Amino acid sequence: MRPALLVLRDGRIFRGQALGAIGEASGEVIFNTAMSGYQEILTDPSYKGQIVAMTYPLIGNYGVNEEDVESRRPWVNGFIVKEASSIASSFRSATTLDAYLKAHGIVGIQGIDTRALTRHLRDHGAQDGIVSSVAAGPADLVARVRDVPGLVGRDLVAEVTAEAPYTWAQGGWERARGYVAPPPPRCTVVAYDCGIKWNILRQLRMAGCDVTVVPASTPAAAVLELKPDGLFLSNGPGDPEGVPYLIGAVRALLGRVPIFGICLGHQILGLAGGGRTYKLPFGHHGANHPVKDLATGKVAITAQNHGFAVDPDSAERHGWTVTHVNLNDGTCEGLRHREWPAFSVQYHPEASPGPHDANYLFHRFTDLMARKGG
Amino acid sequence: MPKRTDIRKILIVGSGPIVIGQACEFDYSGTQAVKALREEGFEVVLVNSNPATIMTDPELAHRTYVEPLTPEYVARIIERERPQALLPTLGGQTALNLAVALAEDGTLARFGVELIGAKLPAIKKAEDRQLFKEAMERIGLALPSSGYARSLEEARAVVRQVGYPAIIRPSFTLGGTGGSVAYNPEELEEAVRWGLQMSPVGTVLVEESVIGWKEFELEVMRDLADNVVVICSIENVDPMGVHTGDSVTVAPAQTLTDKEYQLMRDAAIAIIREIGVETGGSNIQFAVNPDDGRLVVIEMNPRVSRSSALASKATGFPIAKIAAKLAVGYTLDEIRNDITRETPASFEPAIDYCVVKFPRWDFEKFPEADRTLTTQMKSVGEVMAVGRTFKEALQKSIRSLEQDRWGLTLGRPADAEELRQLLRVPNPDRIFAIGDAVRAGLAIQEIHALTKIDPWFLDGIREIVAVEPEIARAALADPDVLRRAKQLGFADRRIAELAGTTERAVRERRRACGILATFKTVDTCAAEFVAHTPYLYSTYEEEDEAPPTARPKVVILGSGPNRIGQGVEFDYCCVHAAFALRDLGVEAIMVNCNPETVSTDYDTSDRLYFEPLTLEDVLNVVEKERPLGVVVQFGGQTPLKLAVPLREAGVAILGTSPDAIDRAEDRRRFNELITELGLHQAAGATARSLPEAVAIAAGIGYPVLVRPSYVLGGRAMRIVYDDTDLSEYMREAVRVSPEHPVLIDKFLEDAIEIDVDAVADAGRVIVGGVMEHIEKAGIHSGDAACALPPYSLGEDQVQALAAQTRALARALGVVGLINVQFAIRQDTIYVLEVNPRASRTVPFVSKAIGAPLAKVATRAMLGHPLEPWAWIEEREPAHIAVKESVFPFIKFPGVDAVLGPEMKSTGEVMGIDRDFRKAYLKAQLAAGSVLPASGNVFLSVKNRDKRVVMTLAKRLSEMGFSLVATAGTARVLERNGLSVELVHKVAEGHRPNVLDLMKRGDIALVFNTPEDGRARRDSYMIRRTAVTQNIPYYLTMDGAQTAIGAIEALLKGEQRVLSLQEYHGARR
Repeated sequence: MRPALLVLRDGRIFRGQALGAIGEASGEVIFNTAMSGYQEILTDPSYKGQIVAMTYPLIGNYGVNEEDVESRRPWVNGFIVKEASSIASSFRSATTLDAYLKAHGIVGIQGIDTRALTRHLRDHGAQDGIVSSVAAGPADLVARVRDVPGLVGRDLVAEVTAEAPYTWAQGGWERARGYVAPPPPRCTVVAYDCGIKWNILRQLRMAGCDVTVVPASTPAAAVLELKPDGLFLSNGPGDPEGVPYLIGAVRALLGRVPIFGICLGHQILGLAGGGRTYKLPFGHHGANHPVKDLATGKVAITAQNHGFAVDPDSAERHGWTVTHVNLNDGTCEGLRHREWPAFSVQYHPEASPGPHDANYLFHRFTDLMARKGG
Repeated sequence: MPKRTDIRKILIVGSGPIVIGQACEFDYSGTQAVKALREEGFEVVLVNSNPATIMTDPELAHRTYVEPLTPEYVARIIERERPQALLPTLGGQTALNLAVALAEDGTLARFGVELIGAKLPAIKKAEDRQLFKEAMERIGLALPSSGYARSLEEARAVVRQVGYPAIIRPSFTLGGTGGSVAYNPEELEEAVRWGLQMSPVGTVLVEESVIGWKEFELEVMRDLADNVVVICSIENVDPMGVHTGDSVTVAPAQTLTDKEYQLMRDAAIAIIREIGVETGGSNIQFAVNPDDGRLVVIEMNPRVSRSSALASKATGFPIAKIAAKLAVGYTLDEIRNDITRETPASFEPAIDYCVVKFPRWDFEKFPEADRTLTTQMKSVGEVMAVGRTFKEALQKSIRSLEQDRWGLTLGRPADAEELRQLLRVPNPDRIFAIGDAVRAGLAIQEIHALTKIDPWFLDGIREIVAVEPEIARAALADPDVLRRAKQLGFADRRIAELAGTTERAVRERRRACGILATFKTVDTCAAEFVAHTPYLYSTYEEEDEAPPTARPKVVILGSGPNRIGQGVEFDYCCVHAAFALRDLGVEAIMVNCNPETVSTDYDTSDRLYFEPLTLEDVLNVVEKERPLGVVVQFGGQTPLKLAVPLREAGVAILGTSPDAIDRAEDRRRFNELITELGLHQAAGATARSLPEAVAIAAGIGYPVLVRPSYVLGGRAMRIVYDDTDLSEYMREAVRVSPEHPVLIDKFLEDAIEIDVDAVADAGRVIVGGVMEHIEKAGIHSGDAACALPPYSLGEDQVQALAAQTRALARALGVVGLINVQFAIRQDTIYVLEVNPRASRTVPFVSKAIGAPLAKVATRAMLGHPLEPWAWIEEREPAHIAVKESVFPFIKFPGVDAVLGPEMKSTGEVMGIDRDFRKAYLKAQLAAGSVLPASGNVFLSVKNRDKRVVMTLAKRLSEMGFSLVATAGTARVLERNGLSVELVHKVAEGHRPNVLDLMKRGDIALVFNTPEDGRARRDSYMIRRTAVTQNIPYYLTMDGAQTAIGAIEALLKGEQRVLSLQEYHGARR
């Protein structure tokens, strides 16, 4: 097999074999601890700018299928696994992981000690890196890895957001039927697309929302013109402070329309409402994070994917109440405004991949809209 | 929610003796629960009849009852102890059934005992097939479709719904008897007719077959706040149709997309809520149609299980411990994850390795048994292996089995047709046959068609096999090939086989190339958080993340998979060794690969290496850790076999030297030792060929005891009565050769057998216990019942046995444990066997005398004096303990329930009381033999026992029993004035015969002493029927006599219960 290299900004080098497209890719190297759902991860636009290492060593076992996609293409800058399966074993699979990555030009590496990489990132922080299956040796990569732009302050949303507004019709997934037709809508929602995962749209539809997706750059006034019952702020890649125009728009909409934010949308909401955000050492990327709903005391196992977080004190000072807390590290996982109809969560109630425990939040959103509307 | 304060005292029920399907995983779960509840300040009362468990250590619970697990006895314990709660979910099906019985008979209500963990309605809903089905329908989940039928027409109608193949299950038969599969209308007709006939209510369940579907299990936990988490997913490599206990399984699930997995997870959460298991762990099994992903629920266990032990070991998440804390009111988020220390238990472990569980079968013990694997479990143990890939873990698992298998091959020639047969019908060799099938050029598609094993697993095997030619060609020359081989999990020994060299040469080559094992941590979180518990496995990766500490340390080698002859007893000793080392401030390092055990709990030792017990894997650990030494005498034959190779590799062996072990095992050297000490042994010699054997037998006279050298559990040991028997044995059973000599000894007929366990150091020998067997010589000591102290020996005899034991221990230079087996015949003491290591009886003795022998031995091995334990020999016990064995015959149709010198029992129980007869009665009850107080006793004895049977029959008759006998025995009894009902032998052809009476429930007790040798086939059906009808039966006059004594005790009166702490009160 063709050799490949992974070089980190701090000079750590891993040697493995090529996976997917032959070439070179750079980005922030992070790890994800989910044991299944690699296809959803690959196609989640929030990973734009990042090279994703899967901690579960055996990836690609069930191949890649037509259905389990979260957007129209994979977005990861690069992909790292211990062992990519040579065969795809599933009644739904269409191709192998390797072939899929090749077809989409995603450069990957396999055969490295991904646990050593994970421990390194845990101890030294997520950092920029280069994956290459074309470099002659690491020396040149070590030099160039310092030029990788990093995530902080960058507007990655612009690279993944929709070019024009569109509406969404697909509902949730069922085994025998695939994606079903959603129930008739009861309310209208405008969703800011910062790199929105399709399963959010599916879940909004299943909860009874008629969704219009708009580009992240859409001004507040244009949103209000659509007279939505509610506004949704989506997940997306990178640093929330890299999208000041959206923060501004949301600030203008706060209090005027019920708002629900997920992940980057939660951070944008926090920033728009006066809070601060900060970068976590290595983020939360996985499907097993316990989050406590402080109102009910119940714990949900959640899917997470974020490198930045809202500083809870700063938010509390500006009218927000922290509603959810990550039980692993105590970080803020949810906000609700004390006066305005706005709430958000840092994690992914739409799952895909991950547990469905927090799906109730979509209904919380429709309830909120119903109260405001009625 | 904080813990409950309205409960102060909790009763925990164990699972009783080790049987197929219920092994030491429940010692692991029970031990965790006792520790957890004590930690929380509860008073814990424990009951379990199995003395070979850690949970019954008197130090563990506040009150420990080694009493029969019957509703009557447990009710007495409840009456005496008055616990506020009973935790029934940690002692397997046994504890659950007991809890149900005690709830239904009103005992729990009468004494105000609350069931915690799972309430009665939840247990019933999970266990009752119809209630379960209704519950599943309520939450929109499907079971395999099915319908009841009372006639062939009705069955045909159901089949129109469920299709072929259809499973036909007669209603209300025991253990699935009479069930079958119909693939077409003709087979359906036959199956239904047979099934209707078998069913006492004339009903069969006709069920959709899900044979060949993918099988999954989820381990689910729930707390009182209704938080639910899935701890682990397990995928069975062997698809539906093979019991999960007999399946090779992997964790986590490998072939489900996230969408499919999450549907299964949602289903599991809905199930635990609907069934209403309040707290703790449950195991839920699913089948998935590989063609369209359709999901059906198979069953749910509302308790911890074998799979939850596996899941705990596979993830590092201690399910039983957490379950115990949830049962007393904590919520998952209030409990800390021990491994990360900072994160809570309310999460789902992330795995960054692959775990393979491989069952171990002992069919060679039951040659007549059907080796086909079905829905009834047949394996006696299992191993778990951890690797970074499926391939690595699979290869580690097969060498962990200790069946001398090093690669994925049958190891013998097999043509394509035989291979296809081995693939088509599930059997213990199937995985190995797949390797050979790949070699023979069968395509993965064909192998899949034959086995229905998911192609992903088959492809893993294909990749392993595919690299073998390259290993053969270049492993020694090309370090890259060697490294690749190690990463794929190839054992050095397998590489050597392939490359035509020695294991040692491969090891040295590996070291020279710097290809060394690296160790990774099982940490519940895929390295997302720092792990504080060194629970390690080896792999060939870049980084070794577990540097050894600077502390003095000792490596304990465990006993590997459970098997007949080597079970929980040895794990008990290893655990005690670890405890003793920790007490002494020495770091205890455990190496073992059995996921069911307490020894592989990361809490037991300071460092745990979950590794195969092979020379290679042990050397990897030893070379990294550099311990003071290695303890090999506690884990049975497994570590003992490694003693000499380890010493040759320069490793220090603690305690008794490998040379002394050899002296006790090597026939010639052993003879010299006995002669030197002026002791007696049965005449005998070693034969290296058949003529030599015949000559030896002629010299010493028949009957003779024959066995291969170096065995445990009496493997292939037999008593032979003539030359024909002997030559058959030599040809078929052992294939004698100069490399594989056979030992031939005079068989001491009618001798009393005795086991002695002692502990020694350089200066002192302390005899822990002298055990007198109930059955006379000829039955393996692991199968015989025994009493401690002896119930019929004179004090001078006991003293003489102790003196001989001391002399042997001194002469061998034993440091640690020693077990000596003696026989007494006509006042002469013969030494049968000396084992300078822990014996199977160490835990029994420890419980009986109230002294932890294995701990004492460990201290001795580290140079601590034995003086503080001198009281062991001075004690004057006011009680007597009886050990009884438990057999797996019910699981093996076609196998004769007869005992001999080859061990067949899977487990043991202890009865303890002030009176021998009462202790024996308890032991019988605990072993499942419910001795009757009245009814018909069937007697059929061999000629030489007819004298004794008269006295027995007289006593029975005086106690009010009616006697039933076949002609020969009846005539003898009638001549002696006893009234006997004559019954036909099967061979006589008249009905009703004795079997009819037994099946009708007209026989309450069977005394049958089979003729020796081939003649015993005649009475085979009597024993088989006793087994299947669960009628207490005794196959020796000694057993029968003792049983009658026990019945007398039963008739006389009140049975009482007492805790070990009270029995041993004086010392505590």
